[in-house]
Parts: sequence; structure tokens; C-alpha cells
Amino acid sequence: MGRYMIRRLLQFIPVFLGATFLIFALVFLIPGDPIRALSGDKPMPPSVHAALEERYNLNKPFWQQYTLYVTGVVQGDFGEDFRGRQVVDIMRERIPVTFKLAMYAFAFEIVIGLTAGVMAGLRKGGFVDNLVRVSTLVVISIPIFVLGFMAQLLIGVRLGWLPVSGLGAGTSSFIMPAIVLGSLSLAYIARLTRTSLAENMRADYVRTATAKGLKRSRVVGVHAMRNSMIPVITFLGVDLGALMGGAIITEGIFNLPGLGNAVFTAVTRQEGTVVVGIVTFLVLLFLLSNLIVDVLYAVLDPRIRYE
Amino acid sequence: MSDLRRPEQVAEPDTEFAGHTEVAEELVEPPQADPAGTTSLWSDAWRELRSSPLFLASLALVVLFGLMAAAPQLFTSADPRSCVLSNSLQRPSAEHWFGFDLQGCDYYARTVYGARISMSIGVTVIAFAAFVAIVLGSIAGYFGGVLDAVIARITDIWFAIPTILGGIVILSLLGNRGFFQVSLVLVILGWPTMLRLYRSSVLSVKEMDYVEAARALGASDFRILTKHILPNAITPVIIYGAISIGVIISAEAALSFLGVGLQLPAISWGLMISGAQTRILQAPHLLLFPGLFLSLAVFGFILMGDALRDALDPKGR
Repeated sequence: MGRYMIRRLLQFIPVFLGATFLIFALVFLIPGDPIRALSGDKPMPPSVHAALEERYNLNKPFWQQYTLYVTGVVQGDFGEDFRGRQVVDIMRERIPVTFKLAMYAFAFEIVIGLTAGVMAGLRKGGFVDNLVRVSTLVVISIPIFVLGFMAQLLIGVRLGWLPVSGLGAGTSSFIMPAIVLGSLSLAYIARLTRTSLAENMRADYVRTATAKGLKRSRVVGVHAMRNSMIPVITFLGVDLGALMGGAIITEGIFNLPGLGNAVFTAVTRQEGTVVVGIVTFLVLLFLLSNLIVDVLYAVLDPRIRYE
Repeated sequence: MSDLRRPEQVAEPDTEFAGHTEVAEELVEPPQADPAGTTSLWSDAWRELRSSPLFLASLALVVLFGLMAAAPQLFTSADPRSCVLSNSLQRPSAEHWFGFDLQGCDYYARTVYGARISMSIGVTVIAFAAFVAIVLGSIAGYFGGVLDAVIARITDIWFAIPTILGGIVILSLLGNRGFFQVSLVLVILGWPTMLRLYRSSVLSVKEMDYVEAARALGASDFRILTKHILPNAITPVIIYGAISIGVIISAEAALSFLGVGLQLPAISWGLMISGAQTRILQAPHLLLFPGLFLSLAVFGFILMGDALRDALDPKGR
């Protein structure tokens, strides 16, 4: 177990370095002068230009810029934006919003998705099964921004049940965005649970469990579910990272000041350090949740050995 | 076990086609000795597909939008670019079913013409991504070794970058964004899942006796890969490809909606929805119709992939 963990951690390092390098290269290798853009139409004195370049390491060769950046990140320093604000401070301010949104969406998709998936999987080919199959496909097909606007228009404006946008109403401001954000993953969870459970219900060990007279709730709840959860857990791990990173559109539509919103503003303002900082953080989160899933695997499926 | 996850599960949440190894195993007849052998699974599948209402519905949708993309004149005689400002934001009426947009253009015509860019981006991106995936997947799966390890690490790195986020970062740096740039970025971000699928498929097919037989007869690696492995290993890529066309159409619309995809005066559903968002109360029809067409097109492809998987995956029978 310990050796396995160490190997997974070692594998994690090149992936992390590669991904940050890719992002860094994309943002900083593209021609363009963000400093020149700061002064708009007016010319910038060469001395100011040079001083700013020096301050943001933009006059150094690319390799040196990247090395300096990664050394900073490892020490918890994500650099500063062009107004002298620490990127870490921006993140500290934005993370709670995105985290709360992602958590609500996560809870929503697990509860509804699993319920629908189990109901469909237990009676494959039945009415509920077909209903779940087609309705999840419909949900997957509707792009999130269409769904978001529709929800805003119907639930927020016409019916007035929930706040339309912003953070003004506290927790209830998160409900609609969370449902919209979680709906796609909900459909995937329902479908995964359905297939996986339906398959396991035909397995020999389930027949044995039934034959020795166990209650159906125990056969399904303990024997079949434990195995059926493996693909679902994998998906949930990937999804947790994806929910935080994928909230850009949802945060935009519902005007929530989270990380996605910050990335998007930074991209349009050409604030490279902020973009790279937040994307790096999200990538790190994504990789960590994958790592946790790998470990959880063995707990669920003793057939998997760590060698 | 260095990688506990089945690669396709990590990549693509919808893993119901994880049973593709079984598909490959069904195709054990050597294709060159018995040409009916390769078609048997497909002719079987076709028989099942013909009577599946879900598949027929998806086929109807795909054909409808394909036709709309190829020949929009069949659906509307109005010119989407001839606009009369006095008609600005008019609601739908009997003559103009979808109403007018801000510039007073006939919205039905614009929605119909929007199909072209979505469909062509969807198909182009998947065609190129599948090509890259098949070439690299063949190398990784067939030759293994160092090349395989290098390709695996590169895909790992790629997977760590979320598609929309990566798309925003790359596209925002390009000043001029048209069909080519958006497609290229989506290909760049889209190939890894298919590669993993194809690689694991090649891994199981290359152990088959007929591959061994071909090698014994002196066939070159290239010949084995293209004539023997490719036809037997491609099924999961086809299923995933059908679904992905829908996903790519949706991603293009999302990027255009965010303002980093296609640019005006292109006619695209994402751009139309983006233009509608500030007038959502005043003119909800501007959001509704392109949203509906976009969702239906995506639905068609996803449904088709789902029906194909049912027909091609013997486990489901």
C-alpha cells in the first residue's frame, strides 16, 4: 500500500509539471505585449516599460520565467497581477464561492443520479428504465448555457421561486446554479449506475446471495451495490475536479464571483499570471481527486491489488 | 498494476462501452479469408438497428441537420443576411415563425443556416481527432515499450487540462478565430480519449490468432495494423465518435457563446445565444430557437452513439 502510494505520487509529479508547463507556454509564448497594453492608447515611457518587464520577469528567457514560476508555486507563491495584487489573495477570495457551488452540485447529482440509476438498473427494460435512459440523454444534449438561461427565465423570472443571479440571497442563490451545473454529471451518474448495477444483478454472487435467502434490500444494497459503485466512484473523482473547473459558464450566467469568473476576466484582460495561477490550482485539484479515487478503489474492490 | 482504472473510464464518464473487448473477441474470423466475417457483426447490428425506434429517430435527426447544413435553401427561401432594422426584435408570427433578431434579420433563416458551421465543425474535428488517435493508438498499443510509455504520459498531461478552460486560454490568444482555428483547438483538446480507447482495443486484438497467422505469413507491421487490426479494433472509436460529434458541437457553441469561438458575421448557434443573453426578458425567442436546434442536433448524435453501442455490444443483448 505504502509503496503503491509513493509510486502514484511520483507519477503525479511529471504530469503536474507537464500540465503547468503546457499552460504556461500557451499563455506566455504567444506574441503580444501585455505591458504595452496596460497604458491603452497612450505611449508608455520606456523606463516604466523596462521596470515593469523587470518586475514581472518578462524580460527573461522563457525557460527562466517558467522555472522561477514553478519554484514560486511550490513555495505557495503564485505571483501577482498587474495591479500588484497577489494571485493567492484573489484565489482565497474566489475559492469559497466555487467550492460551495461545486459541493451543492455534487450533493445534488449524487442523490438524484444514484436514485434514478438504481431504480432503472433494477428493472432493466422497464418503464422507469426507459424513462431514465431517454431523459438522461435529453439532459446530456442540452448545453449548459441553454439550460442555465432557461432555468433563469422560468424559475427565476416567471415563477420567481429562486434568485435570478448574484450572491445577494445567501444559500438560496446557489440552488439554481448548482442544479444547472450538476445536471450533466447527474445524467452520467444515473447511466453509469444503471448499466453497472444491471450487469452485476446478473452475476453469480448475486444469485448465490439471493439463493441463501438474504433479503432483497441486502442483496442489492450490500452485495450488488458495492461492486456497481466502482465505475461511479471513478467518475465522481474525475467529476469533482471537473465541477470546479467547469463552473466558468455557470458562474458567468448566474454572476457568481468564483474562480471560473476570475479566469475568464483575467483571460480577457491578458493577465497571464492570474490565468496560469488559477488554472494550475484547478489542475492540481483535479489530479489530487484522481489520486484519492485510485486509493478508494482498493477499499471497494479487494480484487484490485496494489502491485 | 500501474494504472488501476480502465483508461476509457477515466476519460469518458459514459463507460457503458467498456465492454468493447468483447466486441473485438466476437470478430475473430480473419477478415481476408472470409469477407462476410467482418460484416457479420455489422450486418447483425444493422438488422437490430433497423428495428430500433431510438436509432431510427437519431438517424432522422442526423439526416435532417445534415441536409440543413448542406442545403439550407431547401428549408427557407429567406436570406439570413438581408435584414430590415424596422423589424428588430419582432416576436414570432405566422409568416416569420421564429421572429426577428436585433438587426431585424429573419430568425428562422439564421437558425437554419446556423446548422452548417456546427455540423461541419463536429464532423471535421472528430475525423481529425480519430485519425490522430488511430495513428498514435496503433503505435502505442502495437509496439508498446518506450513509445507506449511516452504516449501514455503525454495523454495523462493532456487529461489534466479541462476542455473548456483549455479552449478559452488558447482561443483567447488568437486574434482571428474562424472555422479553422476553432476546429484545430478542439482537435488538439479532443484526441486523448479516443487514443486510449483505440489503444486498449488494439491491445486485445493484437493477441488474436489471425494476427499471429498474418505475421507468420510475413505480413509487414503496417499491413497487419491496417488490414487486420484496424477493422477489428475500430468499433469503440466509432461508437465514441458518434457521441463526440454531439459533444464537439456543444463545445463549439459554448466557446462561441463565451466570445472566444467563432466571430461575427459568422452564423452560429452559439453566437446567436450569446447575442440573446442580454435580451432574455425582452425577446426570449432569440434564446429559445437556436437553443432548441442546438440541443436537437447534439441529441441526434448522442442518441445514435447510444443505439450503436446497444447493437454492437453483445453484452447488452
